[in-house]
Amino acid sequence: MPTPEHDGPVLEIDRLSVSFFTRSRAIPAVMDFSLGIRPGEAVGLVGESGCGKSTVALAVMRDLGVNGRIVGGRIRFRGRDITAMNDAQLRHLRGNEIAMVYQEPMASLNPAMRIGRQLMEVPMIHHQKSRAEARALALEMVADVKLPDPRRILESYPHQLSGGQQQRIVIAMALMSRPALLILDEPTTALDVTVEAGIVRLIRDLGAKYGTSMLFISHNLGLILETCDRICVMYSGEAVERGKIEDVFDRMRHPYTQALFRAIPVPDADRNTRPLVAIPGNFPLPDERPRGCNFGPRCAYRVPGLCDQGRVPLQKVDGNKGHVSRCLRIADIDWTAPPAASGRGRKPGIGKVTLRVERLKKYHDLAANALFGGGERRVVRANETLSFDAHEGETLAIVGESGCGKSTFARVLMGLETATEGRILLHGNEIQDIATGDRSRETVSAIQMVFQNPFDTLNPSMTIGRQILRALEVFDIGNSHAQRHSRMLKLLDLVKLPRAFADRLPRQLSGGQKQRVAIARAFAGDAAVVLADEPVSALDVSVQAAVTELLTDIQRDHGTTLLFISHDLGIVRYLSDRVLVMYLGHIVELGTTDQVFAPPYHPYTEALLSAVPVADTSFSKREIVLEGDVPSAIDPPPGCPFQTRCRWKHRVAGGLCETRVPPMRTLPGKHRIRCHLEDPILGEMQPVITAAGKAR
Amino acid sequence: MATFILRRTGTMILTALCLTFIVFFLTNLYPNLEKLAKTQGNFRMSDEEVASWLGNRGFLQPMPVKYGQWLGILPGYVIRGTDGVLRGKCFGRHMAREDAPRFCGVLQGDWGYSLRFKDEVRAIVGVRLGLTGWLMLMVMAVMVPGALVMGVLAGMREGSRLDRTLSTVSIVTTATPEYVSGVIFIAVFASSAVGLKWFKGTATAAMNDMTFQNFALPVLTISLYGMGYIARMTRASMAEVMTAQYIRTARLKGVGFAGIVMKHALRNALIAPFTVIMLQFPWLLNGVVITETLFNYKGFGWALVEAAGNNDIELLLGISVVSVIVVLSTQLISDIGYVLLNPRIRVS
Repeated sequence: MPTPEHDGPVLEIDRLSVSFFTRSRAIPAVMDFSLGIRPGEAVGLVGESGCGKSTVALAVMRDLGVNGRIVGGRIRFRGRDITAMNDAQLRHLRGNEIAMVYQEPMASLNPAMRIGRQLMEVPMIHHQKSRAEARALALEMVADVKLPDPRRILESYPHQLSGGQQQRIVIAMALMSRPALLILDEPTTALDVTVEAGIVRLIRDLGAKYGTSMLFISHNLGLILETCDRICVMYSGEAVERGKIEDVFDRMRHPYTQALFRAIPVPDADRNTRPLVAIPGNFPLPDERPRGCNFGPRCAYRVPGLCDQGRVPLQKVDGNKGHVSRCLRIADIDWTAPPAASGRGRKPGIGKVTLRVERLKKYHDLAANALFGGGERRVVRANETLSFDAHEGETLAIVGESGCGKSTFARVLMGLETATEGRILLHGNEIQDIATGDRSRETVSAIQMVFQNPFDTLNPSMTIGRQILRALEVFDIGNSHAQRHSRMLKLLDLVKLPRAFADRLPRQLSGGQKQRVAIARAFAGDAAVVLADEPVSALDVSVQAAVTELLTDIQRDHGTTLLFISHDLGIVRYLSDRVLVMYLGHIVELGTTDQVFAPPYHPYTEALLSAVPVADTSFSKREIVLEGDVPSAIDPPPGCPFQTRCRWKHRVAGGLCETRVPPMRTLPGKHRIRCHLEDPILGEMQPVITAAGKAR
Repeated sequence: MATFILRRTGTMILTALCLTFIVFFLTNLYPNLEKLAKTQGNFRMSDEEVASWLGNRGFLQPMPVKYGQWLGILPGYVIRGTDGVLRGKCFGRHMAREDAPRFCGVLQGDWGYSLRFKDEVRAIVGVRLGLTGWLMLMVMAVMVPGALVMGVLAGMREGSRLDRTLSTVSIVTTATPEYVSGVIFIAVFASSAVGLKWFKGTATAAMNDMTFQNFALPVLTISLYGMGYIARMTRASMAEVMTAQYIRTARLKGVGFAGIVMKHALRNALIAPFTVIMLQFPWLLNGVVITETLFNYKGFGWALVEAAGNNDIELLLGISVVSVIVVLSTQLISDIGYVLLNPRIRVS
C-alpha cells in the first residue's frame, strides 16, 4: 500500500493527554504533551521512572491496555491521525511504519519460536512476501545488524543467543519493514556497558543508513547525548523542557533539568570540589500532584504565590530556536550560578588493612545438564587468584561486566559459598572456609552487604523498625529491648529517615528510602566491611546522589571499608579511592582512581571507559567498541582472558597473549596491571575522555 | 536423545522393581497369608496347621527369595511337604512335573493364578486392561481437546465475559464428583424420570459391543470431571502467556489477534498443562472405579476392587505391575513431550 506523500514531520504529538482508569478514578499519566519528530531526526525522551515517557510511546502505538485511554489531543503520523484509527489500520501501522524496540530483549522474543520465523513474520504480514523472499530479507537484515553467521542465527531459539545478540535481533525485527519511525524504549538498560556501546553505534549507523526517525526513551542522559538531535525532558507526566541537545545540555532553562544534571557524576565531578547534588524530596505520585508547577515542592528557586497558583504553560526561551521550558522564572534565575557548596570536610586518611584477599580461587562444578543429569562435569572458573587488600576508611570499587566474577567474590566474602583455594583474612583471621551459618556473630556483623534491589530485600510484611531490631537481635547488640529500640531509632537518624518510619511497612516507602533502610540494617552491628553490590543502580537518578552521599558520610564517620561493586564508571570515579577491574574471573587492573582512569590503561579498562556514556558536551571521547561478547567462564580462552576482544593484541610479539596468562605487573605508584604490553607501548596510550577546556 | 531415553528407561526399571517389591511385601505380610490359608484350606485350622500349610506352599521362605521367584530371577521352589506331596511353584495344572520349567515368574510371562476369578492373572489383566483402555481412550479424546479449547478461549482474554462463563463451567464440573454427575446423567438421559432416554444407563453391553448409546454416559461422566481441572490449568497458563512481553512484541509487529493466539501464545501456553494431561493416565487407570461400578462396566478398576476385597494376592500383584508400568511410561512420554514443546530445555 503506497503511503500518501507527506513532507511534514513524521510524528506530531499535539497536546496529548493519557489517563489510566481504575475502578474508582482516573489517574492522569501524561498531560498536555506535545512533540514533533522530523524525517531522519532522533529525539530523546528523558525522565525518571513513572514520569510517563513509556506511556507516550505506547500511546503512539495505541497499545495502552484495557485501562489506558487517550483523553485529549492528537497524534499524527505522516499527517494521519493515529487516535482515530481502527484496528485494521493500526495493524497496518504497527511493525510496518512504526516499530518498537524494548528494554528486555529476552522477554520480548518468543522463547518457543525460531529467530528466523519471528523475523520473517514481519514482511509476510505487511508485504505479503513468500516464505523464501521473507527469509532472504531476514538474512540480509541479520547481516545488517552485524551478527556473525546469519544462517545459524535464523535457526536458533532466543535463549541460545546472548543478551546483546538478542537485542540486535529485536532491532533487526523492528527494521525489517523499513519503518519511518522507530521507538526505542530503554533499549540498552538491561545490557552491559561494552555491549551497550555496540548497540548504540548500531542504532546510530542504521538510523543514518535507512533515514529512520527515532524516538529514544531513556533515563540515561549520556546515551541521549550520543544518539539524539533533540531532547525532551519529562517530569511527572509533563514535558518540562524541550530543545536542541546543545541548548538543553549547556543552557538548560528548567530547574528540574538543571537538578538532574547536577545529580549525575560527570568526569570532573569530585567528592570534595564539585559534589553531586541530590534533588530533595520525592517524585509526586500521579494522584498527589501539587497545585501549580509539579516540580515546585522540590525546586530551589520556587517563589510561593507564583509557582503554586495555576498550571504552568510551556514558554519560549529567548535566543534559542525551538527551546521551550515549563518554568515561570526563566528570566529571573541566574542559571550560571554554581551549586551551593556543601562544605563537606575532606576525607580522613586511610587506615590499616581490614580485609586481605590472597590468591583466592572459586570454581564451581557444573553438571553438563542440570535437569537430566549425567554427562561430563565441567568447571566454571568464577574467580582466578584474586589478591588485594582493603583498608579502613577506604572505598574500593570492584568494576566489571556481568559474568566477570564480582558477584561470586561477594558470595564467598559473605560466606554464602566457601573458597576453592586461597585465603580471605578479616582483621587477620581466616574466614574463607567458614559458611555464614558457622561464622561467629562478630564476623557476621563485621561483614555486611547492601544489595542492588531494595524492593526485594525487605520483608514486605514486617515494619521497618522490626526489621532493624531483628538485625540487632541477630548481632546480639544491646542487653534489653529498650536498648535495642533506642539503637534502632539512632540508626534511622543515621540514614536520615524520620523516626516515625519505624512503624511503616516497606511498601509505604520509596525506592531510595528502602535502600536507606537496607543501609541502616547493614550498619546495625557497626560493620567493618560493607559490600555494596550496585547499591544505586536500581534507583532513579535524583535519588542515586543522595544514597551515594549517605553511604560515604557513614563511611567517613565509622571508618568503614566500603567495597563498592558497580558497572557505572561515572559513580565509581566519583566515589572510590581505589579501583579494581575484573574480567572473566581475573583482576586485570588495580590502582588508585586516578591511576585507573588515566593512561596507561589495561586494554579492557580503556574499552570500558570508552563505553560509558558521558552526559556532558564539554568532554570528548575516543570511541572504542569491543567486538563480540564476554567469553564463557566454563570455556575461557587460552592465555590472556581478554585476548579475544583486545585491540592491542597485535602489539605483543610472538602471540604471547594467546598462550600465557599475563602476570600481574606493578607499574610506578603501586598501579598493578595484568597485561603483556611492554612499557613503551603502554606509554603510547591516549586518554579516553578529554575535556574540551570549557569552563563550567 | 537416545541416551536420555535409555537412561530414563534404566531409572524406570529400578523404580518399577522398588515399587513392586513394596506391594509384594505388603500383600505377603503374615496376616494376609494366614487369611489365605484359612480361605483356601480350612477355616478351623490351628496356628500350626496354618504354618505347615503355608510352609508346604513356599509362603514361608524369606521375603527376598519369594520376590525373586515371583519375578522369575530365582528358580521356583520345589518342596516335599509335611503331608508328603511334592509341590513346585512352576508345576502347571496340566503339565507333567518333569516338563515344568525351573523359572516361572513375571518375566517368564507366568503371572500366577487368580483365586477370585479362577483364571490366569495374565488373561484377566489383559481383558480388563483392554476394556478400561477403550474407556480411557474415549475419555482422553473428549476431555483433552475440550479442556484445551476451553482453557485457551478463557485465557486469551482474561476477565472477559467468555472467560468468566467458561471458568464457571469448569469449576462446576470439577466440583461435581463422578458419583453425583453420573447419577444425574442416568436420571436425566437414561431413566423415565425425565423421559429423555437418549442413552443407556448401563455400559455392560459396551464390553462386547461398544455403541454411542451405551458408552456415551460413562465417557461423559469421567471427561467432565477431569476437563474442568485441565481447563483451569490451561487458562492460567494461557492468561500468563498473553501478558508476556513477547506477545506485546507480536502485537506491535502488526500480528492479528488470531495469529497471536495460534502462532505465538499456544505453544508456550501448552507447556504447563501438558504435564498435567499426562498425569491423567494413571488417574484414569485406577480412578475410574466409581464410574465403572456405577455403569457396571467391568474394567481394570473393578478388577482391582475385586482382587483387594478377596485377598487375591497374585491378581493384586499383577494389577500393580501394570499400574506401575503405565505410570512410569506416561511420565517418560510427558518428559519427552516437554522437551519437544519447550526449546529452552535440551537433552544431552
